[in-house]
Amino acid sequence: MSVGKPLPHDAARLHVTGAARYVDDIPTPANCLHLAFGLSDIARGVITHADLSGVRQAPGVVAVLTAIDLPHANDVSPSVHDEPLLAKGEVFYHGQPIFLVAATSHLAARKAARRAKITIDPRPAILSIDDAIAADSRFEGGPVVWARGKAAEAIHTAPHVFDGSVELGGQEHFYLEGQAALAVPQEAGDMLIHSSTQHPTEIQHKVADALGVPMHGIRVETRRMGGGFGGKESQGNALAVACAVAAKRTGRPCKMRYDRDDDMVITGKRHDFRITYRVGVDDAGRLLGLEVTQLARCGWSQDLSLPVADRAMLHADNAYHLPAVRIESHRLKTNTASATAFRGFGGPQGVFGIERILDHVAAKLDLDPVAVRTVNFYDNGQTTHYGQTIEGFHIPAMTMALLDRADFAARRAEVDRFNAENPILKKGLAYSPVKFGISFTLTHLNQAGALVHVYQDGSIHMNHGGTEMGQGLFQKVAQVAASCFGVSLDVVKITATDTAKVPNTSATAASSGSDLNGMAVQAACITIRERIAAYLAEIWQARASEITFTDDTVSAPNGQNMSFAAAAKAAYEARISLSATGFYKTPRITWDRVKGQGRPFLYFAHGVALSEVVIDTLTGENRILRTDIVHDAGSSLNPALDIGQVEGGYVQGAGWLTTEELVWDTKGVLRTHAPSTYKIPACSDRPRVFNVSLWDQPNHEDTVFRSKAVGEPPLMLGISVWLALADAVAACGEGYHDMNAPATPEEILKAVGRVRTA
Amino acid sequence: MDIAFLLNGESVTLHDVDPKRTTLDWLRETQGLTGTKEGCNEGDCGACTVMVTDETGAKAVNACILFLGQINGRALTTVEGLATQDDLHPVQQMMVEEHASQCGFCTPGIAVSLATAQLNGNKNHDDVLAGNLCRCTGYAPIIRSADRAAKALVPEGFAPLAGNLPGSAQDPDPARPATIDALAQALMTTPHATLIAGATDVGLWATKSLKDLGPVVFINGVKALHDIHITDEKIRVGAGVTIEALRLALAPYHPNFSEMLRRFASLQVRNVATIGGNIANGSPIGDAPPALIALDATLHLRRGTETRAIDLESFFIDYGKQDRRPGEFVEAVSFKRQPDRLRVYKLSKRFDQDISAVLGAFNISVSNGEVANARIAFGGMAGTPKRATHVENALIGRPWTLDSVKAALPAFAQDFDPMSDMRASASYRLQVAQNLLVRAWHDDQGTATSVLEVQP
Repeated sequence: MSVGKPLPHDAARLHVTGAARYVDDIPTPANCLHLAFGLSDIARGVITHADLSGVRQAPGVVAVLTAIDLPHANDVSPSVHDEPLLAKGEVFYHGQPIFLVAATSHLAARKAARRAKITIDPRPAILSIDDAIAADSRFEGGPVVWARGKAAEAIHTAPHVFDGSVELGGQEHFYLEGQAALAVPQEAGDMLIHSSTQHPTEIQHKVADALGVPMHGIRVETRRMGGGFGGKESQGNALAVACAVAAKRTGRPCKMRYDRDDDMVITGKRHDFRITYRVGVDDAGRLLGLEVTQLARCGWSQDLSLPVADRAMLHADNAYHLPAVRIESHRLKTNTASATAFRGFGGPQGVFGIERILDHVAAKLDLDPVAVRTVNFYDNGQTTHYGQTIEGFHIPAMTMALLDRADFAARRAEVDRFNAENPILKKGLAYSPVKFGISFTLTHLNQAGALVHVYQDGSIHMNHGGTEMGQGLFQKVAQVAASCFGVSLDVVKITATDTAKVPNTSATAASSGSDLNGMAVQAACITIRERIAAYLAEIWQARASEITFTDDTVSAPNGQNMSFAAAAKAAYEARISLSATGFYKTPRITWDRVKGQGRPFLYFAHGVALSEVVIDTLTGENRILRTDIVHDAGSSLNPALDIGQVEGGYVQGAGWLTTEELVWDTKGVLRTHAPSTYKIPACSDRPRVFNVSLWDQPNHEDTVFRSKAVGEPPLMLGISVWLALADAVAACGEGYHDMNAPATPEEILKAVGRVRTA
Repeated sequence: MDIAFLLNGESVTLHDVDPKRTTLDWLRETQGLTGTKEGCNEGDCGACTVMVTDETGAKAVNACILFLGQINGRALTTVEGLATQDDLHPVQQMMVEEHASQCGFCTPGIAVSLATAQLNGNKNHDDVLAGNLCRCTGYAPIIRSADRAAKALVPEGFAPLAGNLPGSAQDPDPARPATIDALAQALMTTPHATLIAGATDVGLWATKSLKDLGPVVFINGVKALHDIHITDEKIRVGAGVTIEALRLALAPYHPNFSEMLRRFASLQVRNVATIGGNIANGSPIGDAPPALIALDATLHLRRGTETRAIDLESFFIDYGKQDRRPGEFVEAVSFKRQPDRLRVYKLSKRFDQDISAVLGAFNISVSNGEVANARIAFGGMAGTPKRATHVENALIGRPWTLDSVKAALPAFAQDFDPMSDMRASASYRLQVAQNLLVRAWHDDQGTATSVLEVQP
């Protein structure tokens, strides 16, 4: 059975030879046009004059479009229709698209776009969290508050009370393949769209609205993305709609890809947060009462900010029981790029908050940070602050295994010895867990469809609503299909996601890809398998339920058998349908987001990490020396791919909290808009020693082959790096580090100063 | 301009092409070779890495800022040229086996970087890949595959040998001089021409600023500029010497300078970027000038037949303003042979392939326990690379002790009034500039000061 095998990514050979095709690699007809946006150069204002004659006259320009040239909906919002493709008289952030150029080459379009003369009358821009609070600029009427018990009272009567505030920066996705789309006009006004998107159905929907046609007139195909990380859940809409509108107007294929700087300026990023807290604990650091305020900078349009902020609230507990808690969430509207989905979708900010709080408690009470966490762990049967019962909670056992495997006690002593001996360099060692809820919190998204064909030669064509962005979803689902039919994997053809094959798909997001699509494909395969079994049972005089599909062979207990290919041919000739759809919807979930009550998640995925770092107390420079991780992927569908998600997620999380600093200036201009200034981890930034293992326990819920989702949770294991840096800083003196994130060298040096002067 | 080169082993001659077109655009848009990817279009991500072979060997280079005019007479190998009909290159095979690709978009560039390293026997994979960003894998499986592939044999027939290189398309073009005299003459004729050596800075004028470069002169064919002369008295480095060649050449003489150059951009950039360009562009955050100023280097300039030698320090007049007249060019930089007392410290948000927030170079000689001489220069602290003369004066003649160092720290505020930007705040810059002097002292005492040297 291919499920459970550590097989390479299905496209690995294509990747390494450069033959894997991304949107910009698709051969296009010679008359294809290339698009670029003209962007606002100020953060907030009213457009008083737009002279685009220089743009129109630039070499190679075929068409220039502004808002008034759009035939139908001028809207690329994934939520509340508050995000026009092209600005309608007003601009709300620096980098907002104002007009669209179509030219004969990518370079010609980019050059032409810079020849516009646009006058904008500036208006006061709301840029920071403080600006937004002062102006009461927010989405929804006021803060969202969820509470359990009487937090204020519990804090008041607690033996120890601490309060604090921490700034937590955002994160640029930096998918290596920038946003891209290609629209190819079809007959009768139909449009074929190739899009680098996690959400083909939404692309289809937005393009249909923009062209004023039913969704059936638009077909969207996505073979693969060069990385997504949430940044292609809604941010691809603008390019696809732009291409479709321009293609309709010119009758020519249109392609758009953002230059990297444009991509970083135009598109949304992870929400930055400020988290303030007041916590009451007992002598052991046990949480008695907690008040947390999460202030999220959402940018100029709503996009997905409400569910992101919800998920931050849902993960304010991480792995810990909060007996009395009040969480207040502010979704602030600012004149910056609209923050969007990013791996973890608010969860990382929630988890970071409670980890920071426990770090504070341990430091102030001079307790072992691991012990403070351990006393607060959930027990099975307890409920979360939103009322979901904890079941199958592996973190205590995983923690013991991790600390043992990583030789924690001896290394803690060694780190302390190193710090006593070294005046300049200090080491830090820290543990952190993650418990991450799996399911979309918008319940209706928890569904998936699949389409499976078995051809008469026994080869299988598999399609589902999930998209491939590097996570290995297609391979995992193919392994499911191969296992259902008992055939080898090379019989299964993996095909591009296509809205004409499987309709009404959900975004490939929330780590749900293999959970949802794996089940849908399994359902389709079982339908076909049962048809073949019923037919063969009849001619073999056996019971259909006893027909088995293994080792490329279909067999009955009475010894009758034939190859799967022969069975397919026989079934075809007997006029058995060998094509089926499959459908899956996640069971048992209910959620009332207004009350903050219910069971939003089918289950939780778990992970634990221990990170060791060293810092230079003269400069704040630092290195990750060693990382040990144990991660829970249930019964892994493919351990190699899952370990890849864990390693990559951890490093991405570590980057978020260390080198990846987004800097806006006082005019709302993003100053870190290219890899020259925005620094994702480079090769040497990975841990020197990096031990990752999977916690091999089947999911207690009935998921596809008892596996668990793995895309997002490991990112939060990177929080252990920030905690380890804080631990190293703490070795410099007696005060509390009060360190913000990202912990750049500058931030670390400031924290060293605080610790020493306290 | 006519341009001749080998593309994956096949001869290509382009007639009358724009030499300022990037090799990446030509590969993708004209040749349909889409394996080479555009990730950032500024030489910072490595997705466009190709292998360029000349008589000095095979090198990984970023195709996005490599002008066609630079590949004349060379051999270009793209990701499509790594595998044969039947077999993957060992690097590719190991990447498949070790799960080293996820989304696959950085993968072609990584495969080319690693194949070039494997050919050259370079096993410092962290350095080899410093210029190849991957957002998916966390790099661990890539390094596992690189380590395994390093043990494999280089595939037979892989990489054209230097002897098989095509002749350059040598139409006598003044935009492509072969000698220093011809270069000098070309610049007398076209004094405002843009000189292009590695194009790691000028490339961005084209791809990001979208500037029309106007008249250009490609100078990487001027072999005499590539010389490094080392005598008992001095070291003289031609302006066309690449940063990577300089890194290797300086290792025996000024190892700390050489180690800093390991962190200068990425291998792809160092393979083509030149010391002349790093000086002549006048950047306040160029990494070589502070170290060279601390070594009391001399800059050799030429205009027509006229040459002059100036203190390197005096070349940098103000932000964006250098002591270089129209038609004049940097021919070489030289400095005296001296006992190695040079310490060079580069601070940036990320260790590898980042631009300095602050770079400090300390050349402090001690005699009988006293500071005999001190030349201290910084990048990132002013509008130009600049000496810390007040700090130097506060040290010279004082005992070489931590007390003297601490007493000299306030002088930094007399020398520098740095700015805040996206790389660091003014206060951080001033504080760490001071702390780097403290580090230099501790370093000299043998105290551990480098996080890079700490083992798990």
